[in-house]
Amino acid sequence: MKNLIILSLLGLVFGSALFGADNSRWIRPADVPVPKDNKITPERVKLGKYLYFDTRLSKNDSVSCATCHSPFTAWADKNDKAIGVYNRQGTRNSPTILNSAYNLRQFWDGRVKTLEQQALGPIQANVEMDMNLTVLIEKLKNIRGYVKLFKSAYGDEGITKDTLAKAIASFERSVVSKGSPFDRFIRGDKTAISKKAQEGFKLFSGKARCNLCHDKFNFTDGSFHNIALGDSDIGRYAMKKRPAWYHAFKTPTLRNIAKSSPYFHDGSVKTLVEATTICANGGRFKNDKKKSLYMIDNHISADEIELIVAFLQTLSEESLDINIPDKFPQ
Amino acid sequence: MRKFVTLFIALSFATLCMAKDVIIDQKDKTFIPTKVTVHVGDNIVFKNSDGFAHNAFSDNKNNEFDIGMQRPGEDISVKMKHVGIVEVECAIHPNMHLKIVVK
Ligand code: HEC
Ligand code: HEC
Ligand SMILES: [Cu+2]
Repeated sequence: MKNLIILSLLGLVFGSALFGADNSRWIRPADVPVPKDNKITPERVKLGKYLYFDTRLSKNDSVSCATCHSPFTAWADKNDKAIGVYNRQGTRNSPTILNSAYNLRQFWDGRVKTLEQQALGPIQANVEMDMNLTVLIEKLKNIRGYVKLFKSAYGDEGITKDTLAKAIASFERSVVSKGSPFDRFIRGDKTAISKKAQEGFKLFSGKARCNLCHDKFNFTDGSFHNIALGDSDIGRYAMKKRPAWYHAFKTPTLRNIAKSSPYFHDGSVKTLVEATTICANGGRFKNDKKKSLYMIDNHISADEIELIVAFLQTLSEESLDINIPDKFPQ
Repeated sequence: MRKFVTLFIALSFATLCMAKDVIIDQKDKTFIPTKVTVHVGDNIVFKNSDGFAHNAFSDNKNNEFDIGMQRPGEDISVKMKHVGIVEVECAIHPNMHLKIVVK
């Protein structure tokens, strides 16, 4: 009897160590953060989805948000640096918009906070959609289908810069991770990912210290770091010359990461093995005097990198979960 | 008697001027406490009990500061020079917030 009690106590201790309270940090909270003045409704998401996929929001009707953030390429794209209207190339890699609703800051350099503030940027950016907002609002007002959709989504607010941004943001808030093999594993299905991947997860949150920055369900704590890539983009430092912001970029999510190559803000890395090695072992230029103090060489071997990559591959969404509009409002 | 009064005045002046040190720790990526009230002239002493670097800065007028990179275990103190509300953030972790009320 006594033994039984001890045994079950032991079981409890080990059980909770493996699958206990602490695992909740890896599970996506059901509620998406939503601003008070833009509650989510099905009408707003529907309108936002049309706008997101509609190339008529660009100067020459050729580029939509989905050109660079496509569901078929993990809500990002395959270019190292983004390509917009007239094949103009920007200076940074397109990040995924999956789970961007949870971001503390938007963009690689975190220059805006909310999805509403973000949405009008790319529409006007010369290298992205190059569209004048006044012209765009007039254009939308002349499309009867949109007039109706805006009416049912935002009532008397009508078609304005604000409602345009709010609708797109509402759609983005519906683009959240729904499930990967890792999610099944963390909820208790021990066979959902391979033994190798499980080893990799231990390294990720142990010896390799990845979770120092790639923490919680979205694998980012939103922190800014200089990982010594050695390019000329000064990152968050452009906002204000704070020492901590020199060449610092936002820690990106790792959800869907196996599908969103190329990597880093400059798209300079093609493989997960290389990206992981840079992050694990002290940055690309290890002797860079200005690199983040966090970027220490953990001496992770090539075999261990392989295990971590096996784990990263379990973060891919299992279903595409989107019906792309085939007809647009006329 | 006169002597006593002078002494009294001098002493009370000294206590008034005596700047206090108010400790703010940084642990588990949070400022502890997250809100504090101090007097003009007091020093905020930032500690770092995490195993990695932090920062603290404020852009509020009159009390602007930026302590730069703060290594684990390091103490950095900042004098609160003016009355007002000082909103502090960590430049590395945008989720870290501290509010200092300077009276
Ligand atoms: C030409 C390609 C391109 C187009 C078109 C484009 N984007 Fe982006 N997007 C980018 C790039 C590149 C960045 C990163 C820029 C930076 O950090 O400076 C980005 C960043 C973002 C982010 C921030 C994500 C994060 O994690 O920080 C969001 C959200 C976003 N875009 C949404 C949109 C929406 C909505 C549209 C349509 C209105 C759009 N994008 C159109 C290339 C594009
Ligand atoms: C100091 C914080 C920090 C640590 C620790 C860290 N990373 Fe990163 N990681 C970043 C930042 C910041 C970026 C983006 C840097 C850039 O583009 O300039 C990044 C980018 C990445 C990318 C590319 C993502 C993309 O969408 O382009 C991968 C993959 C990655 N990290 C994996 C890892 C792994 C695996 C570990 C552990 C071995 C790790 N990281 C440790 C901060 C960190
Ligand atoms: Cu911090």
